Amino acid sequence: MAEVDLIIIGAGPAGMSAAAFAARGGLQVLILDEQPHPGGQIYRNVAQNRSKRGFLGQAYAAGTDLVDALDHPHITLLTGATVWRLDKGPQVTWSRGAKSQTTSAAHVLLATGAQERPVPFPGWTLPGVMPAGAAQILMKTAGMLPKDAVLAGSGPLLYLIAAQMIDAGSPPQALVETQTFPQMLSATPHLPRALFGLPTLRKGLSLIAKIRKAAVPRYTAASGFHATTTESGNILFSFRANGRDQRLTCGLLLTHQGVIPGTHITRAAGIEHYWNAAQGAFQPEHDLWGATDQPGLHVAGDGAGIGGAEAAASAGELAGLNILCQSGRLSSDTRNQRAARARAALFRARAIRPFLDAAYPPPTDILAPSDNTIVCRCEEVSAGAIRQAIREGAQGHRQIKTSLRCGMGPCQGRMCDATLRGLLSEGKASQPISPPRARSPIKPIALGELAALSPPQEEPA
Amino acid sequence: MQQRTQEITIIGGGLVGLSVALGLLMAGQRVRVLDGADSDARASQGNFGLIWGQGKGWDFAPYANWTMDALTAWPAFAQQLRGLSGIDVALDQPGGYEFFTDPTEFDAFKAELAQQAIHLGKRARYEMLSGDDLRSQMQGIGPDVVGASFSLCDGHVNPLRFLRALRCSVQTMGGHVRLGATVSAIRPQPKGGFALVLADGETLYTEQVVLCAGLGAATLARDLGFNTQVRPQLGELLITEKLGDRLPFLSSTIRQVDEGGVQIGGTKANAGLNDHETLPIMSKLAHHAVTVFPALADVRVVRAWGALRVMSPDGYPVYAKSSMHPGAFLVTCHSGVTLAPLHASVLAEWILNTSATPELEAFDECRFALSHAA
Amino acid sequence: MNVASRFRTLPETGDRVQFTLDGAPASAPAGVTVAAALLAHSGAWTRQTVKGAPRTAYCMMGVCFDCLVEVDGTPNTQACMTLLREGMTVRRQTGLRDLNGGHCG
Repeated sequence: MAEVDLIIIGAGPAGMSAAAFAARGGLQVLILDEQPHPGGQIYRNVAQNRSKRGFLGQAYAAGTDLVDALDHPHITLLTGATVWRLDKGPQVTWSRGAKSQTTSAAHVLLATGAQERPVPFPGWTLPGVMPAGAAQILMKTAGMLPKDAVLAGSGPLLYLIAAQMIDAGSPPQALVETQTFPQMLSATPHLPRALFGLPTLRKGLSLIAKIRKAAVPRYTAASGFHATTTESGNILFSFRANGRDQRLTCGLLLTHQGVIPGTHITRAAGIEHYWNAAQGAFQPEHDLWGATDQPGLHVAGDGAGIGGAEAAASAGELAGLNILCQSGRLSSDTRNQRAARARAALFRARAIRPFLDAAYPPPTDILAPSDNTIVCRCEEVSAGAIRQAIREGAQGHRQIKTSLRCGMGPCQGRMCDATLRGLLSEGKASQPISPPRARSPIKPIALGELAALSPPQEEPA
Repeated sequence: MQQRTQEITIIGGGLVGLSVALGLLMAGQRVRVLDGADSDARASQGNFGLIWGQGKGWDFAPYANWTMDALTAWPAFAQQLRGLSGIDVALDQPGGYEFFTDPTEFDAFKAELAQQAIHLGKRARYEMLSGDDLRSQMQGIGPDVVGASFSLCDGHVNPLRFLRALRCSVQTMGGHVRLGATVSAIRPQPKGGFALVLADGETLYTEQVVLCAGLGAATLARDLGFNTQVRPQLGELLITEKLGDRLPFLSSTIRQVDEGGVQIGGTKANAGLNDHETLPIMSKLAHHAVTVFPALADVRVVRAWGALRVMSPDGYPVYAKSSMHPGAFLVTCHSGVTLAPLHASVLAEWILNTSATPELEAFDECRFALSHAA
Repeated sequence: MNVASRFRTLPETGDRVQFTLDGAPASAPAGVTVAAALLAHSGAWTRQTVKGAPRTAYCMMGVCFDCLVEVDGTPNTQACMTLLREGMTVRRQTGLRDLNGGHCG
């Protein structure tokens, strides 16, 4: 491989946008992405879906432009490439086709995106219960439509997926929403600012109108989620809403409580993180260009703080411009001038966030679920066991991990860290809980593959 | 207004501190354990779980024998912990291997074991195996292994469950374990006893204090007039996904946890307080594992980590009573798992100075002063 | 294994790929992941945990590791990160994986 100036980890909107700007500015760019095609989760398979699956909507189809822009002589895109370690340098170690290698570059942009916030409740591990975003990935990548599904949770993605399902001719059986009227009310002070993002707001309202028109039953202020399996394999979903116990039988229960930055790689890289109280998640510290406290490392997109696809593309552009500037290919004046458009776009795209964050917060019984809920899916650790360890004195992630193996399975805490934090914070509003340490390999890697990186004729001391 | 208690205060809630606390509780004492922050170095949460005697103390007879005493005491100790805490620490003493791929290192270790056997007399039970002997006894050993030693007494426990079992046992016995209580200074009081200044500003008073704070003991030991300087030694480890079947061996560098994951470790480096895992060592550890047992090649590493061993200047335990400040004790070692049954029994006799006090003179810190003088 | 798929697959044109699941022949559209193919095939579990709890693909984006199955003899393969190929042998997993080609009892 030729000399690389910039390694971008993640080919979502942030990574793709940054790649295009950096390459046009003259840098040699290597993009690594785990998935088989560029697009990130939001634009999964967007180029493959060019002339089909129109129900996914125009906002989705807009992602093709970003993918097309990767067709540039200075850009090398490697899909199916899993980054599992980052060293100072910066130096990126990644696996592709069961072979690992290390690549260095003056700049690395971490654009690894978000994951859905875990939605734990009794029964969330059953086949038939899935994140709504996962079902959407199946719609995008396999043309598979949820059959006889209930959408449960809160947030704009829930409305989008409901609308896509309606347009695809497979409407949800019901929409069970957890947000309450007081929460919506508390969000209204953020509305004037949200007007800067008017198109987004309008789109949201049109989604809700579509759901109404399709006469999908809606429950709001729902709580106490509980799922069991019927004999035929259906999901029996019970919850509380409108002052009484409700029960729905469905083929699929699709849950959603917003998305959170995936921070394994940024934490492992040693970047400082802070708690974003409004979004209820940790995110890496960075300046307005995405530069971090670690030399050579930028962050952009939802992995740096949730803002959505449009914000991610703008943040990617800003990071790309800043990296061009640091590489001596743009003066800071030119960088600033050329950044004006992206900064305005970023401002507009983020304007609606405070409203959304306040209107659709994850409910308390999801953040700190009931004792009989599995929290760590890998090691099958319940909330009750974690509360017991806290009573025994555990005060932080590590003590819980080492007492119960919670977070020590192959997902490395991705499915339980957020919940563990919720449980550790119960009744201690003021006490900050530091995020757990992230160690490499960031994704599991075969011993043989790791061994092959060892120089020959050497043994451990 | 000073509130005096008759409790013995243990500073450090790791394996060593909790073991000592348990021993004192069993001896009828009132005990309070002060443990630090979740983010402290905590060797007890990063270790390998070996109960290991092979080679230990080959050049220091008291340590060879003290370790052998501990190995012998483990089965009863594990029973005791189970009774007190309800937790099975998964003690397994099937005997342990040390694998070699370098003939020179193999011969050197053979000489060390022979020396150790002189100290242990009849209690030494080990054999040296050539690579071919080994491969004929055990299928799956890689062709590049030139030989191994095998010692009958060695074993391992689940180190994380052991830590929890100790904490629960101490609590069952009425010990008070306070977490998040970092001691920042110790002030010996003019009329005896000690003031313990916590990081949050609170001050506690105690008649007797046992310092078991691992690497955290550095400045506190000086407060009590001890001269021992502990230093961190970085060990790196890998843990794999869990396996349903069992590895046919236990070795000092490759062991399977009872839950199924394979731990690989045993490296030593001086990196100060930096406990990051490094790419060269991670790949060396992996290389070692697949060299010894090639079938491990497709098993995935889930996590690598570094942990800091607590090393005294000569690497052997330090059991010291302060001559300047009666009632202050220093207990530090890097084999907190292996030695735990002794720390939880006869070491209490030594602290309480009963008639059953073991002979621990050899482990006093005066040995460092002497070697300085020499 | 008699649980109907929880998804309706759009009748799109395109090649299909043949594979086997626990020895039985199955097929799926070309270009999908093993996880998608399994979910289109059945609504039942594809993995059982150590405690015997049924699981199947969950996050579909490579973070949860609930979709682990044996693919062409390699256990604990992330089905949602593996593209289905012609002739693949897929097996559901119960409990922990074993050593491959190992010699352990």
